Amino acid sequence: MFGLDKKDTTLLIVVALMVLLAPFILNPFPEGSAMAQFNAGYPDLMQRFVIFGIFAIGFNILFGLTGYLSFGHAAFLGVGSYSAVWMFKLLSMNIIPAIVLSILVSGIFAAVIGFVSLRRSGIYFSILTLAFAQMSYNLAYSVLTPITNGETGLQLSLNDPRILGSSATADGSIPVTSLFGLEMRAAEQIQIGPWAFQFSVGFYTCAIIMLIAFYLSIRIFRSPFGLMLRAVKSNQQRMNYTGLNTRPYTLTAFIISGMYAGLAGGLLACMDPLAGAERMQWTASGEVVLMTILGGAGTLIGPVLGAGFIKYFENIFSKINESTLDGWFSFLPDGLQHAVVWVADHFVGSGWHLTLGILFMLVVIFLPGGLVEGGQRIYAWISGSKRKAKAAETKTEPAE
Amino acid sequence: MGILDVKNVSKRFGGLKALSDVNLSVKENTVHAIIGPNGAGKSTLLNCLVGKLIPDTGSVMFDGQSVLGRAPYEINQMGISRVFQTPEIFGDLTVFENMMIPIFAKRDGSFRMHAYETVASEAEMVEQAEKMLIDMNMIDKRHMHAASMSRGDKRRLEIGMCLSQQPRLLLLDEPTAGMARADTNNTIDLLRQIKAERDITIAIIEHDMHVVFSLADRITVLAQGTPLVEDEPQNIRGNPKVREAYLGESA
Repeated sequence: MFGLDKKDTTLLIVVALMVLLAPFILNPFPEGSAMAQFNAGYPDLMQRFVIFGIFAIGFNILFGLTGYLSFGHAAFLGVGSYSAVWMFKLLSMNIIPAIVLSILVSGIFAAVIGFVSLRRSGIYFSILTLAFAQMSYNLAYSVLTPITNGETGLQLSLNDPRILGSSATADGSIPVTSLFGLEMRAAEQIQIGPWAFQFSVGFYTCAIIMLIAFYLSIRIFRSPFGLMLRAVKSNQQRMNYTGLNTRPYTLTAFIISGMYAGLAGGLLACMDPLAGAERMQWTASGEVVLMTILGGAGTLIGPVLGAGFIKYFENIFSKINESTLDGWFSFLPDGLQHAVVWVADHFVGSGWHLTLGILFMLVVIFLPGGLVEGGQRIYAWISGSKRKAKAAETKTEPAE
Repeated sequence: MGILDVKNVSKRFGGLKALSDVNLSVKENTVHAIIGPNGAGKSTLLNCLVGKLIPDTGSVMFDGQSVLGRAPYEINQMGISRVFQTPEIFGDLTVFENMMIPIFAKRDGSFRMHAYETVASEAEMVEQAEKMLIDMNMIDKRHMHAASMSRGDKRRLEIGMCLSQQPRLLLLDEPTAGMARADTNNTIDLLRQIKAERDITIAIIEHDMHVVFSLADRITVLAQGTPLVEDEPQNIRGNPKVREAYLGESA
């Protein structure tokens, strides 16, 4: 189907179902229960899952296929956001032109940075991209204030022209982002028993775009072009002596992955129309590297899993505070309770990075292929024990 | 005039004169061996032919066109394929994928963004790759990771990848270096078969005299950066100059 083989079609369908049913899947605990704080099924967070999923899918096209580790991808994310917000300011609040512009601008940006950075490989390439991203960050933060509005960040205002839209709504407020009148923040809540499921237009818009982005990445992986990109990672010497010029291949991969990042940045602005320089900081570039490696670099689904994993920790673990912990450990004797809470407190709340760091180390050491490898091992273990059980059955038979 | 003409080529590395005034002509559809003791400049000469090094003086003409100043991929597109001393293959890819890459490169040139098709849907290319794998006697290994194969199989795959592009000149850099005797003999048989079945010129750099004398139509002996003699194999064997270069003055 859609030019995919059976295995990839199955994967695409499974991912599509998981994404489209995310409001149910991510909301397993009834409202008001003690576990409800682990629910991730609210629009704001689900949007982040899929948007950063797009970011990581794009990053994986560069890093997973060609092996070039870019440390400056957040620059494209930021450029995408700024472009989208400018489109909202100047043209209209429709998200389509905003997304198109953010993809185009980040693509051009990636072409320029890639053209220079790809003259080197390995650590030098990483450092060059990092340098470019930090330059972009500082430009956005101070020098280019007329375009980026400096440290305040670019925001919409009532004085914006919005040629095809209106500067202000009838009641004098700033109009909201929409898709041909369908407001992004519009949401429907469905109450089933004690569960409350939220369905928002914004999430489903992002989800469908992410599925398209995922489908395109499968096509790239399976195409002759994708094969050439994997060849770049494997042996550039042989490529050169096989009559292939590696530079345009790596540059194209870099531009594509920059455009994915721009798309993600544009969508972030569509969901919440403001753009700040901190989106381009090196920590944001590092985050997408973590996502990709954590999920499994070079695999199709890995980056999406990694993005979901990290964003879940960022939003859920960081919300647990001391009083929540006190509640959990209240069954312990007083002194012990204090000690346990004191230790645990460092791993939650603002200390969630510590938990993430430990998990990341464990995954990299024990599962070099990321979460995908973990899944494969569990699958092999289950099917292996089934086979063993079967073998044991057949073995015992002759004995009877 | 041969298919490959090397004229007055010199190359210096600092104080070391690696090649001085090398003249060499490889005739079409022959196997031309270049032999010589260590440090004779064999590898430097080869690197000058494929664009890895640019000689200080002289010219290298392939089929009437200069190869100097061209990048390795451009020289390959002209019709020269190179086999390396240690097999250079795509270790992370399967044997089949390894074979597809040169076939795509032959059809599409140095760069083309083929993102619409899938590798499997390019039926004609797949057929070519499978045919070459059958010719190389490797079709049963098609799903294997290339890196996990034996040295002899890697060499066989590399030669197959080069041949799939139907090059006019095949350059082999010590193709049997570090191989067991059985693998060496297999490689000799393979090269003989290629020579018999295809319109191809082969230039081979080799240490192993057994390999050289079983394959070459013509031999150039290189010593200290200059060609000592160029002759047919039976005349090289007894040549006192060659013995001297190989074994030293005392011999």
